[in-house]
Amino acid sequence: MNNFAYTQAASTKEAATAAQADKQAAFISGGTSLIDLMKSNIEQHTLLIDLNKLSLLGIENSAAGLRIGALERMSDVGEHPQVVQNYPVVSQALLASASPQLRNMASMGGNLLQRTRCGYFRDTAFPCNKRVPGSGCPAQTGDNRTLAILGGSPSCIATHASDLAVSLVALEAKLTIESPKGQPRTVPLADFYKLPGSTPHIENHLAPGEVITAITIPAAAHARRSHYLKVRDRASYAYALVSAAVGLDVQGGTIRSARVALGGVGTVPWRVPAVEQALVGKSATEDTFRAAAALAVRDASPREHNKFKLELAQRTIVRALLEVAA
Amino acid sequence: MSSEPQFFDQPGGVVGKPLVRVEGREKVTGKAKYSAEFPLPGLTYGVLATSTIAKGKIQNIDTTAAAREPGVIAVLTHQNLPKLAKTPNDAAGKKDIGAPMGFLPMTSDEIFYSAQPVAMVVADTLDHAIHAATLVKVTYQAEKPIASFHDSRAELFNPAKVQDGKEDGHKRRGDAKSAFASAPIQLTATYTHPVYNHNPMEPGSTTAHWEAPDRLTVYESTQGVTRTQSSLVAMLGMPREQVRVITKYIGGGFGCKGSTWPHTILTIQAAKAVGRPVKLMLTRKQMFTSMGHREDQSQTVQLGATADGKLTALIHTKVSTTSPWDNYAESNSKIIDLLYATPTFEASYEMARANVMTSTFMRAPGEAPGSFALECSMDDLAARLGVDPIEIRLRNYADHDYSTGQPWSSKSLKQCYARGAELFGWSKRNPKAGATRDGRYLVGMGMASASYPVHNSQGSARARLYADGHAVVQSGATDLGTGTYTVMTQVAADSLGLPMDKVRFELGDTNLPTAPNSGGSVAAGTVSSSVYLAVQDVWQKLIKVAVADKKSPLYKAKPEDVTAEKGRLFLKKDASKGEAFGDLMKRAELTDVEGMAQGKYGPGYESGHSASPAGPGNNTESASAHSMHSFGAHFCEVRVDMDLGTVRVSKWVSVIGAGRILNSQTARSQIIGGAIFGIGSVLMEATERDANYSRYTNADLANYHVPVNADIPDMTVEFVEENDPYINAMGVKGIGEISMVGVAAAVANAVFHATGKRLRDLPLTPDKVMMAGLAS
Repeated sequence: MNNFAYTQAASTKEAATAAQADKQAAFISGGTSLIDLMKSNIEQHTLLIDLNKLSLLGIENSAAGLRIGALERMSDVGEHPQVVQNYPVVSQALLASASPQLRNMASMGGNLLQRTRCGYFRDTAFPCNKRVPGSGCPAQTGDNRTLAILGGSPSCIATHASDLAVSLVALEAKLTIESPKGQPRTVPLADFYKLPGSTPHIENHLAPGEVITAITIPAAAHARRSHYLKVRDRASYAYALVSAAVGLDVQGGTIRSARVALGGVGTVPWRVPAVEQALVGKSATEDTFRAAAALAVRDASPREHNKFKLELAQRTIVRALLEVAA
Repeated sequence: MSSEPQFFDQPGGVVGKPLVRVEGREKVTGKAKYSAEFPLPGLTYGVLATSTIAKGKIQNIDTTAAAREPGVIAVLTHQNLPKLAKTPNDAAGKKDIGAPMGFLPMTSDEIFYSAQPVAMVVADTLDHAIHAATLVKVTYQAEKPIASFHDSRAELFNPAKVQDGKEDGHKRRGDAKSAFASAPIQLTATYTHPVYNHNPMEPGSTTAHWEAPDRLTVYESTQGVTRTQSSLVAMLGMPREQVRVITKYIGGGFGCKGSTWPHTILTIQAAKAVGRPVKLMLTRKQMFTSMGHREDQSQTVQLGATADGKLTALIHTKVSTTSPWDNYAESNSKIIDLLYATPTFEASYEMARANVMTSTFMRAPGEAPGSFALECSMDDLAARLGVDPIEIRLRNYADHDYSTGQPWSSKSLKQCYARGAELFGWSKRNPKAGATRDGRYLVGMGMASASYPVHNSQGSARARLYADGHAVVQSGATDLGTGTYTVMTQVAADSLGLPMDKVRFELGDTNLPTAPNSGGSVAAGTVSSSVYLAVQDVWQKLIKVAVADKKSPLYKAKPEDVTAEKGRLFLKKDASKGEAFGDLMKRAELTDVEGMAQGKYGPGYESGHSASPAGPGNNTESASAHSMHSFGAHFCEVRVDMDLGTVRVSKWVSVIGAGRILNSQTARSQIIGGAIFGIGSVLMEATERDANYSRYTNADLANYHVPVNADIPDMTVEFVEENDPYINAMGVKGIGEISMVGVAAAVANAVFHATGKRLRDLPLTPDKVMMAGLAS
């Protein structure tokens, strides 16, 4: 870890101004991810701008939906009664993340910006296009059991690690982003993340100085009847091999609307509209779920050690749908 | 016979009782000093910079940027580190040092494995050293490494010896190949294991303090201060009395702290170079490449049996990865040779050199993977014949050790099976595999046998009894965290007839009497015996005083007619004639009396049972004529979600026969810990080595998975009462390793019973379990 300066920002404008003045600056909220990256020498920042003084708090439920301040802690949101009741998939995704200690520290906005757990990215001795553009991607022919089968490129197959983001993408959540100049803008989370392509080091559409201030989730019947299922190597405190965030609105046995997104398989949180479309209008049965889930991995390109995800992704979707249909 | 400490089992004694740790308060209040917690004046901090390639040569090391950083005192490399009297880089040096690896980094420009130390930065603060270490710029002439025996360029060979020269690379008993070829039942199966790392909670650490050019004190996280001292003495070319090693507390070792690894001597040399004490603590990432690992391996078992399931042959072959210099492979075949009544046996080893550091012993070295292969194959045999897994083991029960022909010193395996089955509810097991369902889960019950040898060991202790009724007892042993402080205090208290709070037990210092490594399950038996015998030495000294003292009721008694119990000396034939030690000592104006003794453990121990001279036809009572092992049985229930491939252990029972149990609470904890260690090894643990770079890709505890609470159910542990007069004065076998032998097989057998699928490629992660279901 290098030496760095530290400052507390009193407003988003102040934060943005400080960030624009130093290209090596980073915002810090919970720090559970950033400090690790700095200790491992993966990121070297000359300035940390602490956002924790900003008033980006609040969990507000309304008829229109849920608004969550970006500095809310994962544990507070995950355990919030309104979230548990109306957006169970979000609560479950949060509580299946990390450990209680980390969730008590980690912020919602920071969670969405966490970086991949790919072992090649996390060790500076390896080449990695995401860390050092153009250096190569040993994961393509290396240990790729946990890596992506969807959205990858010859440059990068690193999996996006956030559980929360998978649930939010499924529910069509939007981010409120403030920049030093102009009005706050609103971006659907699904459009926020960038596929790696030939530039895996650019992971999202956040411009320098911009701050995520809030997350909004539209209210919907399929949000109230939703579920997050995470399959992993141990019962707790492990990243997903495959996860599924699903929501269903079933009326009279017929599916009116459906939302399905996958984690652990994509380079970004992976919503599967084809699966959703195949569910709508059908009866909520296991056969329907199976037929629809098969569409989830149509475009997958697995590597040597992660072929199992083709099957596991479908099964995870089916199981999660059975949970909410029950 | 007279030396047998029968009185431990009397009312009022503390040995065997479920007592809390005497050092528990020190630990939870942070007062206990681990090896990296000794503040020294002028202490500096060492941090290693390690290689980014696995094979090649250092072309250039540029240390200027690192040296320029504030607080940096020195940047040491192979070019400026003080030279040693001896290195392990040649066979003679390795042997003299007792080094685990025939290569010491930073003695040349050669790179043999990834993350090999290339420089050490010493700075005034840890932060300065950490940062400066990242600024050491090394350029390499890299070559393509070989990553494992799987590599197409790897060259396999048959070593003459394995396990660091301790075991034969080829063993034969009878004609196993012919017996297998003619067996009515023939089973052949191959089992594969990943690399495992010990990952104790406390990383390896060294604090080196040259108090004078001829006086070195090292605070080291080691499982054996004496063994570390021996290695250092050889490398430094110093007399033993000038090198002191101290280890007061250890946060786990599991074998990786059983030898002296490179970081220790490099820190000592750095301290010499800078003329100040240097502390180095390995990072978690460095723990994967600094203190050995369990080697990646593949083992094949060929099992021949009669139609009713009696073994006629076992043939075992192992292929594994070793380092460029050493022929290390844990000896899996030992347990396969002796666990059952197998008339013929053959074992052979193959290995290939790769660009990895040398592997080393890790909890139950050999027995852990060996039992996995054997006990899964026995389960296959049971399934093949439609016989209950316990019944197949009883049909092959070894009434003596077939590998040596010797009788057992004691064996309670049948009792372990019976009691374990009862506690577990084994009778409810459906004989048919894949036939028990609970909702979405397939439920399976599995079991496996365990055994672990009583190795040959010895150690000394000193006991000083004070007239005022307190005592200090010492032995240079180490407490891995499993309870050595506590159980030795118990043994000393009962031996002295004092309450526990009047006895202080000290360990972990080469200035104390010599004790063996805490490893190979020898510590409890060796140290407790030496403590017990040291106290007997105290009594013998006091008895001599008593019989010469006119005022003593024992005046003029023959010393051999006097004994001591509960702090009182008395006539064996008339217990009313005697006195308390305090009365005697005060009258004789003795403030304290010191006793010293050496306790022997294992085949070297000759008890009263072996008093008759060994000779033809007369040596069956000799300790060394016996095969000495602890035995046990593990029972496991799993719930398998076959759709998603997840396996959860839902019930666990271990029943162990391991001689005298010194503290039923710490012993229970140790068995639970070992069983969890084994559950991790079968379900989730694996160090992933990239095949192209020969470098680990999950060297952290986020991605090297060990069990968390949610993976582990309530566990039941029981011990079978066992009185073994042949193994040592205390009758203690030790339980450090047997706790995990057979555990992996018990889980895998339960998975087989649940699913009808036999999985042999560890660990059994969801991908493998799910895909096995798909293959049907």
